[in-house]
Amino acid sequence: MWIWFHKLGSPPHFYRIAGRMTPWFAWIGGILIAAGVVGGLVFAPPDYQQGDGFRILYVHAPSAWMSLFTYIVMALAAAIGLVWRMKVAHAVAASCAPIGAAFTACALVTGAVWGQKMWGTWWVWDARLTSELILLFLYFGYMALRSAYDDQQRADRASAILALVGVVNVPIIHYSVVWWNTLHQAASVSKMARPSIAPEMLVPLILMFFGFNILFGAVLLTRVRGEVLLRERSADWIRAVLSKS
Amino acid sequence: MNARTGILGAGLLLIERDLRLAFRRPSQVFNPLVFFLVVTTLFPLSLSPLPSQLRDIAPGVLWVAALLSSLLALEALLKSDAEDGTLEQMVLSGQPVVVLVAAKTAAHWLVGGLPLVIISPVAAMSLGVTPAAMWVTAEGLLMGTLTLSFLGSVGAALTIGVRRSSVLLSLLVLPLAMPMLIFGARATDLAIAGEAASGPLYLLGALLVFTATLAPFAAAAAVRIGIE
Amino acid sequence: MLTAENVHLWRGDRHVLKGVGFSLSPGELLHVSGPNGTGKTTLLRVVCGLAQPEEGIVRWRGESITALGSSFFEDIGYIAHDAGLKGDLTARENLSFAARLRCVVTAAEIEAVLAALNVAECADIPARALSAGQRRRVALGRLLLSQAALWILDEPLTNLDTAGAALVLDLIARHVGTGGLALVAAHGELATRGGRTARLELA
Repeated sequence: MWIWFHKLGSPPHFYRIAGRMTPWFAWIGGILIAAGVVGGLVFAPPDYQQGDGFRILYVHAPSAWMSLFTYIVMALAAAIGLVWRMKVAHAVAASCAPIGAAFTACALVTGAVWGQKMWGTWWVWDARLTSELILLFLYFGYMALRSAYDDQQRADRASAILALVGVVNVPIIHYSVVWWNTLHQAASVSKMARPSIAPEMLVPLILMFFGFNILFGAVLLTRVRGEVLLRERSADWIRAVLSKS
Repeated sequence: MNARTGILGAGLLLIERDLRLAFRRPSQVFNPLVFFLVVTTLFPLSLSPLPSQLRDIAPGVLWVAALLSSLLALEALLKSDAEDGTLEQMVLSGQPVVVLVAAKTAAHWLVGGLPLVIISPVAAMSLGVTPAAMWVTAEGLLMGTLTLSFLGSVGAALTIGVRRSSVLLSLLVLPLAMPMLIFGARATDLAIAGEAASGPLYLLGALLVFTATLAPFAAAAAVRIGIE
Repeated sequence: MLTAENVHLWRGDRHVLKGVGFSLSPGELLHVSGPNGTGKTTLLRVVCGLAQPEEGIVRWRGESITALGSSFFEDIGYIAHDAGLKGDLTARENLSFAARLRCVVTAAEIEAVLAALNVAECADIPARALSAGQRRRVALGRLLLSQAALWILDEPLTNLDTAGAALVLDLIARHVGTGGLALVAAHGELATRGGRTARLELA
């Protein structure tokens, strides 16, 4: 098993395998998302409290979940890169950041749209949205630290430590924000409450979750391949690959 | 061969050196304190001088001002040592880098954070905070500034090789400092309302213990990367 | 006792160290030479353990320096391009701190070293007001007090006048003569005072 792990750390090997896996991830993810969208927009009945407005949940909830999942993947890859000194792992961590930031922004925007539809304001300082906002800041900080270093190795290793410090702090930040929010609860109780779940509502949601996850895999692998090409641009195997295609 | 200096001796030696250096540049100590007071003044000027309104915003203003002025002083934690080569000499002395970083953080707090805590009642009073609440605020700031110094040591270590890193440093440290801000401001808020603030204070204490035990390790790893 | 085997190091795309190897025994001085930019400083920093090579290994007394960790640091003294002194502290304070961080040192020992290096008169002047030569000598005092076996010096003669350079070369010669090891990077010639000298030319 370790042999497989270490082989994956070799850039040319990873490039090949990732290239073969990406289409599978892309197609399966795409189909699941399509099914989820259809189910969520067409087949799920309107919520008795929120009417049709709740349907944005089908994008908001998976995005929020992915924003957190991506951070964990990023931290894991960073740890592997630090411990095993694996360049591919660092490339994975670097690729995760923009994707995670995009998911976070998506969650924030859909949350804002939901808020506007339901309660007339474009932004509410509720626990989940505030947590997402702070997560976005963490992503920005990570990307800012990376771009501050010209030396790739130092950028990799410094940002890896930052990712690990961040991932440890994310639960603390989240729970302190939840605590803060419960203190100042005004009239709105659980603003972003999930509607009472009927099976027709739940199934599309699950499809979306899985679809987002798998599509994330496709996007990540594509980005990492690009990152690997960039980092290894002066290596011999690149020329062999490019001359083949 | 002379006897090797122990870990505690090395740490104390480093704290003594940093304190001595700080006293040779008093402005570096005073400037953040003055900044704290100036920022506190900005809010009554920009909002309203009415005591009732000031008392409402006092917890937030005090804590944000303390946070920002502490951030100002953070860059100096490691930058000067990294620039004149003394940081790598300290690492090469063979003493554990964790101890070196923790000692520098402690010295940095003694020079920057502690004076802020001592001067906080002045700022608090100007915002109409009651004496009992001033005491709670000082307690909270004691733990909060110490936590921030440790968090900041990680940020400072990560940005050793970056020129003009103060904004980046703030960007890295501020999100991580938000829990501390939430608990600290809440403690002051409760105290002003005359209620017991022990809950948030205990949370602040827990946060401090957590940060103080883990941050030096992260900072030490970052220092080793930074001096390569 | 100090060996380097097949050390490779890249800085981004640049192949800075291309399979460098050497061996250094007690009583020997190794002069690392080469034009600017050929990796002399990088090699010294790899030997110090500050920089990690991508390939290759550095051994001290048979063991890899990464395995030895801090016990290797106790045996070496390193002077980089800048002397590693704090500008706001006096020469004496700098020396006292640097020495005491490693081992227990008496005030008498510090005074003796300051005198031996001809910096006793300026011992109470802040380091930023000292000349390059004086700073370099105070840094050497650090090495003398640490009783390190391996001296690693990066361009120790730059910005020194003839008297200063002579003093530095004397100290190096004395160190090597009493069984110490010295690794010196210098892009020019090194007028060594006898003793065994080897030369490593980095292309």
